[in-house]
Amino acid sequence: MTALRRLWALAVIPIISIVLALLLGSLLIIASSLAIGESLNLLLPLIAYESLLEGATGLSLLDVNAAGVPSLAFSIDPDRAARALTSTVAAAAPLVLTGLAVGVGFKAGLFNIGGTGQVLVGAFVAAIVGAAVADQPVPIAVTVALAAGALGGAFYGFIPGALKAFTGAHEVVSTIMLNSLAFFIIVGLVNDIFKIVGPSFARTADVGNAALPVLFGRNGTVGVLIALAAVPITWFLIYRTTLGFEIRTVGANPSAARYAGMSPRRLIILTMSLCGLFAGLAGSIEILTLGYYPAVFGTGIGFAGITVALLGRAHPVGILLAALLLGGMRAGAPSMQITANIPIEIIDVIQGLILLFLAAEVVIRRTFRIRAERVTPGELGTVAKTYGEGTV
Amino acid sequence: MEVLFDIPILGFVLQFIAYLIEAVTTTNLAPQTLQLATPIALGALCGIMNERSGIVNIGIEGMMLTAAFVGFMVAMLVHEAMPQSEPTAIFGFTPALVIGILAAIGAGMLVSALHAWLCVTVRADQIISGTVINIIALGLTGYLNRLIQPTGSAGTLDPFRPPEFLVDLPVVGWIFRMFLAVGPITMSVIVFVIILQILLFRSRWGLRTRAVGEHPRAADTVGIDVLKLRYRNVILGGIFAGLAGAWLTLEFNQSFQNGMTANRGFIALAAVIFGRWTPIGAFGGALLFMFSEALGIAIRSNPPEGDLGVFLSGIQAAYPSLYNNAFGAMPYLLTLIVLAGVVGRSVAPAAVGRPYVKEGAS
Repeated sequence: MTALRRLWALAVIPIISIVLALLLGSLLIIASSLAIGESLNLLLPLIAYESLLEGATGLSLLDVNAAGVPSLAFSIDPDRAARALTSTVAAAAPLVLTGLAVGVGFKAGLFNIGGTGQVLVGAFVAAIVGAAVADQPVPIAVTVALAAGALGGAFYGFIPGALKAFTGAHEVVSTIMLNSLAFFIIVGLVNDIFKIVGPSFARTADVGNAALPVLFGRNGTVGVLIALAAVPITWFLIYRTTLGFEIRTVGANPSAARYAGMSPRRLIILTMSLCGLFAGLAGSIEILTLGYYPAVFGTGIGFAGITVALLGRAHPVGILLAALLLGGMRAGAPSMQITANIPIEIIDVIQGLILLFLAAEVVIRRTFRIRAERVTPGELGTVAKTYGEGTV
Repeated sequence: MEVLFDIPILGFVLQFIAYLIEAVTTTNLAPQTLQLATPIALGALCGIMNERSGIVNIGIEGMMLTAAFVGFMVAMLVHEAMPQSEPTAIFGFTPALVIGILAAIGAGMLVSALHAWLCVTVRADQIISGTVINIIALGLTGYLNRLIQPTGSAGTLDPFRPPEFLVDLPVVGWIFRMFLAVGPITMSVIVFVIILQILLFRSRWGLRTRAVGEHPRAADTVGIDVLKLRYRNVILGGIFAGLAGAWLTLEFNQSFQNGMTANRGFIALAAVIFGRWTPIGAFGGALLFMFSEALGIAIRSNPPEGDLGVFLSGIQAAYPSLYNNAFGAMPYLLTLIVLAGVVGRSVAPAAVGRPYVKEGAS
């Protein structure tokens, strides 16, 4: 019973935030109906959200007649459901990893918004190394490419970690600069050095045998297993090892950590590298699924990791659930765009709104009279407090 | 001179310096630097207004983006409603552009009000609040831009044309060109920087603001309303973020693209740190960071001569994309290097990032 209550205390604010964000999003969709059709369509949010759900799970709740009026009609097509769920899980896998890339940082009082750059570097390295080992046996090729990508990301997380530890450069600014740097340099490298002759657009060579083997459905690759495995491993690392204890201590109270003989510098560098490793792995999974690196590789997974980590309360299990939700939204958005004519970007708005309500937790508690204990990870507070503090 | 240019390595440096002097005095390098530095400097002023009162603002990026979008859309709509209006002779103001700028400022203030509410009243984590603003701004402007798909534009403001004899003056002509041959928003930056510098360190408001940012408890005991002052300063800071947005879509470009702020809001944060939370220092930082981008444009449109030119065109021929992208990456790289080099000795206002709770209040 107490376990259930504790779970409820953890989940109630995120759940309310999601519901409120969907409600506010529906107002936006109603307003958008003026731009899409000619008249205000009050039912459009219903149709949009239903097609989003159908695209993500295969579950159909509505039947829309020719006049555009929906009626309740529950149906489920097993084939379609399997396809949709596979897409959701496949979309969630990299989000789990980028979510951990931010969440683990939170535990140490660090805000890693460099996920985007770490994803790019990881993906690029994985593509280059993958192409180099393209003729090796599959297990070797895949392992080598994934490891290389993860290390690439870790290196790109190490830089802001070392900068913070030794010069005091705050990671919020330095990681953003590194994001832009990675983008420019990699575009240049692909165009000038790694471009292959043939395709109509600039891209690197095929990764061949390093492409992630598909385990189930159309796109359920090994990446899903990796993401699933990362959750308990991270949980164990954070809550059951000395290193995890040190990371949490430095996050909760850097001075206390120093007095206890821990080295905040070492922990900052280590944690940022670990964050980069997760993000690099996420990028590798994306690129080894695609099979090559296109010069302009736009991916929102690094940025979405912030939403995932905040919604998941920086806890590995929460991050897994949040990634599944966002993965479902990403998987379902195209079918929503087709059915309801709502641009895919609406899911970015809804993600932002979820975060807005999460940030306004106090107001939500007061409005809904929620008395459950406050369980916000205390380490999050350290992030803002250490801003501008200089060297550690 | 020629003999000196032949010295290995040092000769390259000397050639580069000679090129710089020539580019500054004869080309548009100086006004271009000031132009590119405008959104950074304005964003930094917004950051200073916030951080001097004890509020971290990493949402400048989102505030700029929202303002850029709103300013552009409003100007476009007004322009469609009254397409006949003549632009003014100086700066090319039209009713559409003026209303667009005002709308951008209003949008900046509105988003700032949200930030103030989250940070001051709700006492949310200030970094999270800024992040939320960035994510919502990116999502919402991207969504609306896709939904509306604007086709028209209200055009842009014109740079001022200073008298020929001024800019042609030997030795000092380029200074007049730098500060006069630019658009109105760019020109206003210098005025804002000076005014804010004086107000912050020479006025009662400035003293109170700094007190609230350094030691809110002490400020409270002498009767300053900490929460009200923080609200006011954060919202007023939105004016600068709004103007920076207006610069993006009404002065520098004449269209809106998703995510067009391109992390300028974060370079602005670095400029604040570089300038040690003073307007003039931050302005210097903005000029320094963006000089690299302006120089890149100058080098590509007007390559240096001699060995240096041969060397650069050699790289350009071998690696054209890397060559171009390296120039694009320059401001970010420079910001990163300066941030790492300077920040350790730069101390933020003491209360930054900490919500203030009045004694006795829960």
